[in-house]
Amino acid sequence: MTTVKIIKFDPSKCDGDLACEKACSNVHHKNENGGEWSAIRIIKGDTGLVMENCNHCGLCIDMCPVQAIRRLGSGTVVINKKLCIGCQACVGFCSSEVMRKAPAVITPFKCISCGKCVSACPNGALELVEVDLEEVEETVYHKQGVC
Amino acid sequence: MSDENCKAEAKLIGNRATGFQTGNTEHKWDLAALRASHVVLAEYAYEKKPIVKGYAGRTLYVDLTKKEIREIPITEDMKKKFTGGRGFGLKLLWDSINPSTRWDSDENGLVLTAGPMCGSTQYPGFGKSLALSVSPSTDIICDSNAGGYFAPYMKFAGFDAVQIHGKADEDVIVLIDGVEGKVRIETAPGEETNSHVLAEQLTHLYAFEDSEKGKQGVAVVSAGTGAENSYWGCLNISFYDIRRKVARLKQHGRGGLGTVLRHKKIKAVVSRIDEFDATTNDAIDLDKIAEIGANYHKEMRDLDKDQCNMRTVGTGHLVEIMDAYDLLPTENYRFGQHPKAPKIYSPHFYKLWTQVIPDGCWYGCTMACAKAADGYTVMTGPYKGHKVTVDGPEYETLGCSSNMSIWDPLWVLEFNFYCDTYGLDTISTGTAIAFYMEMYEYGILNKERCGGLELCFGNADAMMELLHRMAAGDDDEFVKIAGKGARRVKDWLKIKNWGDQQLIEDCGMESKGLEYSEYVTKESLAMQGGYGLTLKGPQHDEAWLIFMDMVNNQIPTFADKAEALHYFPMWRTWFGLNGLCKLPWNDVEPADNAETGEPAKVPGHVQNYVDIQNAITGWNVTKEDLILQSERAYNWQRSMNVWMGRGRRADDWIPYRSMGPVTRLEYVSRQEMYDKQMVEDIGVPADSLEAMSIEDRMKMMYHYRQNRYQKLADAVYFRRGWTHNGVPTVQKMISLGFADETKMLEMLQQKIDEDEAAGLNTWGGDYVGDEKPPTDDAKYWEKW
Repeated sequence: MTTVKIIKFDPSKCDGDLACEKACSNVHHKNENGGEWSAIRIIKGDTGLVMENCNHCGLCIDMCPVQAIRRLGSGTVVINKKLCIGCQACVGFCSSEVMRKAPAVITPFKCISCGKCVSACPNGALELVEVDLEEVEETVYHKQGVC
Repeated sequence: MSDENCKAEAKLIGNRATGFQTGNTEHKWDLAALRASHVVLAEYAYEKKPIVKGYAGRTLYVDLTKKEIREIPITEDMKKKFTGGRGFGLKLLWDSINPSTRWDSDENGLVLTAGPMCGSTQYPGFGKSLALSVSPSTDIICDSNAGGYFAPYMKFAGFDAVQIHGKADEDVIVLIDGVEGKVRIETAPGEETNSHVLAEQLTHLYAFEDSEKGKQGVAVVSAGTGAENSYWGCLNISFYDIRRKVARLKQHGRGGLGTVLRHKKIKAVVSRIDEFDATTNDAIDLDKIAEIGANYHKEMRDLDKDQCNMRTVGTGHLVEIMDAYDLLPTENYRFGQHPKAPKIYSPHFYKLWTQVIPDGCWYGCTMACAKAADGYTVMTGPYKGHKVTVDGPEYETLGCSSNMSIWDPLWVLEFNFYCDTYGLDTISTGTAIAFYMEMYEYGILNKERCGGLELCFGNADAMMELLHRMAAGDDDEFVKIAGKGARRVKDWLKIKNWGDQQLIEDCGMESKGLEYSEYVTKESLAMQGGYGLTLKGPQHDEAWLIFMDMVNNQIPTFADKAEALHYFPMWRTWFGLNGLCKLPWNDVEPADNAETGEPAKVPGHVQNYVDIQNAITGWNVTKEDLILQSERAYNWQRSMNVWMGRGRRADDWIPYRSMGPVTRLEYVSRQEMYDKQMVEDIGVPADSLEAMSIEDRMKMMYHYRQNRYQKLADAVYFRRGWTHNGVPTVQKMISLGFADETKMLEMLQQKIDEDEAAGLNTWGGDYVGDEKPPTDDAKYWEKW
């Protein structure tokens, strides 16, 4: 079975302080701004806090015209910024809208399952869990205008 | 296809780790030997410079006869008047040809252009090139657009356009080398001429390094042996597909530009680069474009599958729609639907086209309509048995098959493949052959007169044999004249005195010498104008008004139709000035489009284009300014048509087959509808209709519809700011900003004076009763 590690969120443990987002933006952009600079987002929804983050379904791999996006052996989907031509196809097509674009940076970015957000959370609201890749993929492919 | 199968297929291809296998025939070429055989005839080293706000800032001039290469700077005045792309092409040709220049004249130029928005990657359809030249079919300038990587790479290499004049002594390649900053004319004796092989060879030969990135950095413009031996030559523009690992092809189809290429003995024009990214086009506000682009991609993600399904079947989805509305041309436009048409509906091609590949012909195009069938086994001709990738078929190619009554998807692919690799425009080829097939049915042509070919409707073998013989340079009289197109064959049939001359004239679907594209227009007057009142000849590039006119009845009056025949041709022209594809404008529409004031214009997407042009160039234009940009180029091109002797009312003639029923069979096939029109539109008393023969009804309808078309032309000329005879007025040109273009203004005044002397400055329609022409003022334009 091929697996991939994704971030799991327990809203009951979240204090809303967004340490995860700050840690994430530090990984991707060397700043502590969080928010639109972060791949993981904790959002206040109607029913409480929700996490918006990549589940590594890989649809973006097939959207990329220059094959700048690939799946590593670990199952994680990553972007090669040297190849990216900034077309935003992955940003627009992401079914969870978690392929991100930061202000004034044309190359998108996304969760790489590095776990920095997990260790940054003082309350243990986040964890990296291993899931079956096939189940993740099945949820998205045929709904994305590809058939 | 069921969801289950769909999912299975998506997973099968979508998750491959090592790249998709086309299963195509593998070729082994001695690339070193090919390279060694090239002799450099001329070389020009240029300074590599960055793009500034969408412009390279210079164009490239190449003369093959004189072996001269030089660069020409672009002025601010040229940008203001002509914007870029097709506009630049018109200006470059105006400066280098004369009114008697024909397609094969030494001074005729083949111009390939980009545009200021061309090459940006954040919004779909931003990679089009616009090609222009004097057409062998029409004797005036033909412009034609195509996808592929050539134009963006040419611009990134350093040039907004290249114009190629003269003629080489032997087959040459013109290389625009953005890697080394050189332009070269070099001989190319060893490469194949036909495009599917040549594009592949040159992609490998000119890649700056032996890698996928290297091959992606090459774009090839080529034609083929069909283009050498006919007037239907298209230009194939390559784009290397890194998943299929094949150099794929998009076409500048119309007007015989590939014929011009091969006449100049150009085997290929190549542009190559080693680097580009999202910033190369130097937009002043890249974030803005990225935001608009990402929002558009979301629309595509959410709406396309329930609107046009472009991502899955491309423009092929139109076949079933056109068939349903009696608009799919069958048997040379005699009918608009056919019992066998469902055999070529798009679901049949779903299985043939490889899915889940980002099939854009330029980076970032998520409309992805450039579908392809991989591993297709060629059934006939010189490549019989080869496995190849076939680009398309698109709707027009499918419409040609329908017109020739060919209903097998595999024969459609065969026709499509050979047209592409031989460098033949599928539209002109299919439309003209459908005409020959109808003439065959009437006995005006027969096996003996067709060089031994049984060219009847549905005979795919004979049709393919004609293409193979044409491409091989067969000197049979019919094969030679057939390739010159419907207009020349009409003239040939008249000289031979075979058949009724009026029937021949009415049936052959050409205007200005160019064959029609694939829509039945008999019941849409506005679309008759959309084909006839055009610059380069009958094509769907300028206006597609059938649904607005016929189905939705949104433009009932002559003035309404004239307004549509002003706005839409201007709007559609704009894409060509900027190096863009039109399809993303309205082949997916915003979810709230129907609630806007003018849904046919898709205002939300128009605003996207306004915002993106400003974000690239730093201008501050409005949507009205976009139309003004187009009006300048459009009127300039019409004026050049006038200059070259083909831009007046008589030249906007269209064959009656596009207006109404030519034959009794057509009338009878929709007799209820036509009889109703006889009473309601023409005014024949219902009780006297029965006494009229079908022939008499047809004759009355013929005169009514001819007159109606002339009235439409009157309204359109008036709306566009032209004289009664269709000549752009000096006042109109000055209002567009051409006050200092003395040579053009003097030419127009002279032509208008000539028309006045000849009594041609009068309306063409016959107005009776309460009907009124657009104005009674004989010199209405003098008050503008």
